[in-house]
Amino acid sequence: MHGVITIAATEIRIGLRNRWIILSSLILLAFALILVLLGSAPGGEVKTDAVTVVVASLSTLSVYLVPLIALLLSFDAIAGEIDRGTLQLVLASPVSRGSVLVGKFLGHVAVLAIAVSSGYGIAGLVAFFANGAGEAVALIGVGRLIASSTVLGATFIAIGYIASASVRQTGTAAALAIAIWLFAVVLYDLALLGGLLASQDGFFARAVFPWLLVLNPADAFRLYNMSAIDALAVGSNLGGAGSALPLSGLATMFSPVAWTAVALGLSTFILKRVRP
Amino acid sequence: MTEIVKARNVSMKFKAVEALTNVSLDVAPGEQVALLGHNGAGKTTLFRIILGFIKPTAGSISIAGFAPGSDGARRAVSYLPEQVAFPKMLTGREVVRFYARLKGAAPEDVQAVLDKVELVEAADRRVDTYSKGMRQRLGLAQALVGNPRLLLLDEPTSGLDPLSRQHFYELIADVSRRGCSVLLSSHGLSELEARTDRVAILRKGRLVADGPLAELQHQADLPIRFRVRAATGAVGSVHAEIGGGRINCASVELYCARRDKMRILSKISGLGAQVEDVDVASPTLDEVYRYFSNNGIEQTQRGDIQCTA
Repeated sequence: MHGVITIAATEIRIGLRNRWIILSSLILLAFALILVLLGSAPGGEVKTDAVTVVVASLSTLSVYLVPLIALLLSFDAIAGEIDRGTLQLVLASPVSRGSVLVGKFLGHVAVLAIAVSSGYGIAGLVAFFANGAGEAVALIGVGRLIASSTVLGATFIAIGYIASASVRQTGTAAALAIAIWLFAVVLYDLALLGGLLASQDGFFARAVFPWLLVLNPADAFRLYNMSAIDALAVGSNLGGAGSALPLSGLATMFSPVAWTAVALGLSTFILKRVRP
Repeated sequence: MTEIVKARNVSMKFKAVEALTNVSLDVAPGEQVALLGHNGAGKTTLFRIILGFIKPTAGSISIAGFAPGSDGARRAVSYLPEQVAFPKMLTGREVVRFYARLKGAAPEDVQAVLDKVELVEAADRRVDTYSKGMRQRLGLAQALVGNPRLLLLDEPTSGLDPLSRQHFYELIADVSRRGCSVLLSSHGLSELEARTDRVAILRKGRLVADGPLAELQHQADLPIRFRVRAATGAVGSVHAEIGGGRINCASVELYCARRDKMRILSKISGLGAQVEDVDVASPTLDEVYRYFSNNGIEQTQRGDIQCTA
């Protein structure tokens, strides 16, 4: 346990020193502020709180940006450190390889949580105060978005470790990470869309599609946030799918959590076989 | 007393390459053993087996009674890789503190080892500002922290200037006096400066020598070189008396086995005023090392020169 905390604390320290935290916070903040400014224009016309509109837009942004930041954070964790020769000493120390991975995971999740909290937190407060008449309860929506984004990020950090532990070169790990991102957040949804269009009898749409949607942690994250806010009020196109989903509400977040556990287990399994 | 390292007939095969063949090596508590060999002789492979990073394809090995890579073995061993690297963003003190915590060492150990490797002044600077020698010393500091029972040092003195090399061996002597065993690898005997208790030499994955330095010198039995400078005009008669070869118009060079050394010397002194100066050179450490690591090529070359005295 001592080793886990030490490794996690060192990862956070490195994240602060190499400006990872500040950089990813700024990226998230910049995108979020653009959405706040764009979102405030129609916010006046629709009978929805301005902050809620922002949360809806930010959750769509999160689906793309958070997995990317998470994978960029984790792809280097094992392959890169073995490449540079910094991991050999850690693996030779009395800390078990499972603890090394969990320590890195906790550290990286903390780094991501700081970035997401500061980026979205500031944007949420800007939206709240800029529109004056905002309800305090809308800020809970921002908190929910930050928490669920962190869970989504944790999932892709753990998946990134699988890529990092399976290959020997950092470059290969980076390519693998980008491929994972492209598949999970872009191609997967396109394939589902294609499936919906192709299945004429509606069997796919009724029996298969909802499960496939929840299976993907990024889609599950989007469903959770859309169902948590009054999705119909802000005009989400996912309202129709929501009614037929196998899981609803907070339960949809079971998907990213389960993926995290599986990915951590699998990457530990691979790391135990790595010969540094 | 249990051996810290006990390797029996260890072999390691990587696909087509036989990296280690039938290596048996013991390291006793507090003993300093130097492992020598060319690049690719199997030194680092043996280290990786001791660390438990790879499993030998044949033979058995135990570290302080534990299987390599097990919790007990990892607690006993401290490692310093040849190319030591640390996260660039951390300071020297943070690096040592990190490893001290991983090894469960006391916090005050950090300052003590930084002091030992003379890095106190630079301890709060980032590692990326360190020179190669300083990084090497930082690597030694993280290896020393937590009172290990075996220090495993992969070419620890390569890249160190002679002064820091000397300081390094003083440090090693100090830890081994406190009962810590040291197994270090090196490219050549001369780098060791005869500091270790025992020398083991690997050639193409086979252990070709294992013993104290004096014993290896004796085993190699390399010829001793005499260079005799004759007085003016006397070189011909000196050459006729003691034999060997004339290397210029004033000197005679000859080689002989160790057991003939005194006989030759008395013969030379018997020549009296004909000899102006005599230079006797015992085989250097490098020559002894080359003898073992090159399968005695050196000796066959020298064997051609007959000792005719």
